[in-house]
Amino acid sequence: MSKIIDDKPKPTIGDRAKDAVDGVQGSQAWSSVFRPGSIFRKGYTDSPRNRSYVIMNSVLYHLHPVKVKRHAVKVSYTLCLGGLSFFLFILLTVTGIFLMFFYRPETTAAWNDINNLQTSVTFGLLVRNMHRWGAHLMVLAVFLHMARVFYHGAYKPPREFNWVIGVILLMLTLLLSFTGYLLPWDQLALWAVTVGTNMMGYTPVFGQEVRFVLLGGAEIGAETLLRWYVLHVLFLPFVIVIFMAIHFWRVRKDGGISGPL
Amino acid sequence: MTEIPEHLLKRAAAARDKAKVEPAPAAEEAPGDSRIPAHLLQRSKAAKTSKDAPAAEPAGAVAVADKVGAVVAAGPAEGGVPIGAGPGGHTQRLLTVVKSGTIQDVKAVPVDKVHTWPHLLAAEFVAALACTALTFVFSIFVHAPLLELANTNQTPNPSKAPWYFLGLQEMLTMFHPMVAGVTLPGVGMIALILAPYLDRNPSNKPEDRKFATSIHTVHLMFWAVLVIIGSFFRGPGFNFVLPWVDGLFFEL
Ligand code: HEM
Repeated sequence: MSKIIDDKPKPTIGDRAKDAVDGVQGSQAWSSVFRPGSIFRKGYTDSPRNRSYVIMNSVLYHLHPVKVKRHAVKVSYTLCLGGLSFFLFILLTVTGIFLMFFYRPETTAAWNDINNLQTSVTFGLLVRNMHRWGAHLMVLAVFLHMARVFYHGAYKPPREFNWVIGVILLMLTLLLSFTGYLLPWDQLALWAVTVGTNMMGYTPVFGQEVRFVLLGGAEIGAETLLRWYVLHVLFLPFVIVIFMAIHFWRVRKDGGISGPL
Repeated sequence: MTEIPEHLLKRAAAARDKAKVEPAPAAEEAPGDSRIPAHLLQRSKAAKTSKDAPAAEPAGAVAVADKVGAVVAAGPAEGGVPIGAGPGGHTQRLLTVVKSGTIQDVKAVPVDKVHTWPHLLAAEFVAALACTALTFVFSIFVHAPLLELANTNQTPNPSKAPWYFLGLQEMLTMFHPMVAGVTLPGVGMIALILAPYLDRNPSNKPEDRKFATSIHTVHLMFWAVLVIIGSFFRGPGFNFVLPWVDGLFFEL
């Protein structure tokens, strides 16, 4: 009798792990999360049908069609710049939310909050650095994206209007970066913004009025800090997300990526 | 049970009433009562005769029509075939044939496409990872600046705008603020917005767009040079300095 039992091959750790994974992936809870065709489902196999389902049956369908032109997936065509602009925006949102937990937009508190964040909050300095370098990188990425679109003539019909949306996105990106620049409330922030907003004051007819509304007074002060904070963490991200949604939607409606050249 | 729309029920009832009032419209005059309009019958008869040799029996077509008429006429009386049934008892009719390309825009040229998964998504994933890694590693080694607390009474020398505005600040040294700060950037922005409407050249081939490419390159280089001068070659009083002699006056 004992011999028969011994004949059964002992399940290896690998077998057990596989059984466990199958058990979890086959469960109702798991299958309710991942729709048919998902690569996380039990028994996913690489077939043309499943490749379509991965997109069609998931939230990704809001961003991507099931198939794209062959030349559009070549990194050398888009250089991933539009996608990276978007990704950097996501990265900035994540790191920015972290920073918000430790920051008060008051002239008496702001600088100290940043200082404390750097010295006594775990990963505070790292996250602040990532937010700042990510922001500069995003401005750069958007500029370069625009240049690549121009050199490909990708603004030509039917994509003229998406270019216009793009210019709006460029301005929003600059405004986001500029409003964030003030928030640490150090000498760099104060005087960079002073120089920047003084230029704006020279706009004829309404320049001074716009400057007054944006600064919440004739000079930069406590009101400016609060206003720019709200613009930076709420208003401008909200607006830019809307324009990004239109931008991505138009890329698809205009027939996907332009080209090939 | 599917719901049948009210107007269809009414129409069916009306048809049934009509059939009751004039029961089985005389099978004798079948050919005349055929649901195929007389002029069409006439036409098909003519076609048939002209196609067949004149010697051929011209009655063929007529005979068919006769038979059809008989079926239709007999229908309601026998009660087996639904009201409104066509020749042969069909309850559906072919209304029209829409040829491909008349209503829908049929893409004649098949486009060479690949699946988004994995070809595009994998590339995007790698790009996102690389981008995160770059920012992460850079942030470990290089710290964001935090100077002394803001002080409205103490202007640092030099005071510089963020780098992307340094081109404008640089132009302030050359032109009246109204021109440098408003007119030139305004014209630049409007030109940028209007670019797709100003460029009437339909081609996207680099060799066909030498003018557009050159003018854009000049434009980009113009700003890049101004930004670089403003960033690295301007010191106290926004005077021209050489960074390798006087040091850097630049914060990000
Ligand atoms: C926040 C800024 C922006 C984001 C997140 C963004 C994102 C994207 C993405 C993901 C694409 C798909 C193709 C690619 O990756 O290159 C795209 C295409 C495009 N973008 Fe942007 N973009 C931004 C700013 C701009 C700007 C500043 C312009 C021009 C002034 C612009 C004009 C266009 C045009 C015309 C296309 C279609 C290109 C083609 O079909 O080849 N975008 N954008």
